[in-house]
Amino acid sequence: MSATALPEATSSTARRAQLPHVRFSSSWLLWLAVVLIMLFCLFPFYWLINTSLKTGSDLSSANLVPPHPNLHNYSSIFRNNDFVAALRNSAIISLTTTLIALVIGSFAAYALARLRIPMKFLLLAVILSITTFPPIAIAAPIFKLWTDLGLYNSYLGLILPDLTFTLPLTIYILTSFFRQIPRELEEAALVDGATYFQSFRKVVLPLAAPGLVTAGLLAFIFVWNELLFAITLTSSASRRPVPAAIAFFTGSSQFEIPLGTISAASVVVTVPLIVLVLIFQKRIVAGLTAGAVKG
Amino acid sequence: MIAPSLLVILLVAAYPIGYAIWLSLHEYSLIHQGLSRWVGFDNYSSALWGVESHAFWNAFKTTFLFTAISVTLELVLGLAMAMAMHQAFRGRAILRATVLVPWAILTVVTAMTWKTIFDPDLGFANTMLRALHLPGGHVVWLGQSGYALAVLVFADVWKTAPFMALLLLAGLQVIPEDVYDAAKVDGATTWQRFRRITLPLLTPAILVALIFRTLDALRVFDLPFVLTRGTNGTTTLSLEAQQTLVNNGVIGLGSALSVLTFATVMVVSFLYIRFVGGNIRALAD
Repeated sequence: MSATALPEATSSTARRAQLPHVRFSSSWLLWLAVVLIMLFCLFPFYWLINTSLKTGSDLSSANLVPPHPNLHNYSSIFRNNDFVAALRNSAIISLTTTLIALVIGSFAAYALARLRIPMKFLLLAVILSITTFPPIAIAAPIFKLWTDLGLYNSYLGLILPDLTFTLPLTIYILTSFFRQIPRELEEAALVDGATYFQSFRKVVLPLAAPGLVTAGLLAFIFVWNELLFAITLTSSASRRPVPAAIAFFTGSSQFEIPLGTISAASVVVTVPLIVLVLIFQKRIVAGLTAGAVKG
Repeated sequence: MIAPSLLVILLVAAYPIGYAIWLSLHEYSLIHQGLSRWVGFDNYSSALWGVESHAFWNAFKTTFLFTAISVTLELVLGLAMAMAMHQAFRGRAILRATVLVPWAILTVVTAMTWKTIFDPDLGFANTMLRALHLPGGHVVWLGQSGYALAVLVFADVWKTAPFMALLLLAGLQVIPEDVYDAAKVDGATTWQRFRRITLPLLTPAILVALIFRTLDALRVFDLPFVLTRGTNGTTTLSLEAQQTLVNNGVIGLGSALSVLTFATVMVVSFLYIRFVGGNIRALAD
């Protein structure tokens, strides 16, 4: 970064000396663009927070700042049993799915990155193409199967179809991470008498920690977000995860528009995700582009 | 080592797809218990040119219209954002963090947010339009076809244009700076540099981003489900299949619709795999 910044700075100084006016207007335009981008990205979320702090007649005003800000909506959603259950369900389903995807996905990724496997190209292509499946394609048969098997409206009934998407994603991301670890390190461990599994667990896994974090986060975000299975394969609030709960949110009476409480619930389920994404932003961008741009 | 994963993938991906095709060849309804009989391609013919064809082709049209408009807008907006982010200046780190915010917000919450903003009585959009005496202040945006689809597109563009910008920014950053310097020495204008250097060198990144986003847009479900439940011309293929399945309990036809959606998306997916084939081969070697 700093290596490219220096020549850039000198050339722009030279340009400024030549054409001061053009330089001024283009940097002015750039700042305008930056402000517009930030407004575009942040305003809707700000509006959501703003709404969540309003109650009663303030909700019908378009005030940019809540006139009587209060946390009434927040205390009311945490007293709502369905919402608290949804938070618990989402936490259980997302964490379990992520853990399973990471454990069995890392075995497969390691094998794909290191071992001689016939038709490896085809395997990877199929794995990547599964991440592009429309979830509806497997929703119908699973809906039928789960009603027959009694898995309908259960945690396992959601974890399994969520694995359809998170496992291939995890394998693909981890394979590219494992390949970047120098083979010599494991060979040294093998020479010292470690088994394949030991060298994988003691040498490769610690070095691949950034990859595990990336894959784990993307898997977690996928499951936390998932709506189609969540509404198709559950029938009661006791097993419904967050996206389904928000989609079906109703107020204290059926006809009231629970704008304030919906907004508060939305903020509560979104803020942890935003914090996670901002902390790990470099990892996430690298993971997202692993299948796309990078070679 | 690869066996557990293959087993799971077979169980949760290959088997359901196969079973979906099997179910789609049957007449099977949850409402009429015990009825299950082989009907061959009847479900497909009724979806494609029979009694259900109106609903199917409407959903097909809506899905493709939605995809075409939103992906185009996302490309234009994403490219503009990527160019702005690529210019070196202070505060770039904050900007990069900012554009990740819409991506990090749950799709359901995104839909809910825009639903609140476009609420006819309490929403920000109409209140502002009325306060400024602009036309449209009394339009029920989600209550009319055309406008409803526009809100859907708007919500999708908001959520994913920043993501597109990040994909394109990664592509911009690998274009060597000296190519631009050489062009400047030769007297190329800013537009010429964009047209003759940036665009051609960015084309692979643009194509991958386009296919990537097209795949996502074709399977859109969350936005129409929360914003309109598919009313006013916003029923997409995924939503149509899901509603046939769950609300009407018609599993055979629902499966046929799912398989048709799957086939449509897989055509684009095949293009995608062809396109990133080089990357996959690099991983496989």
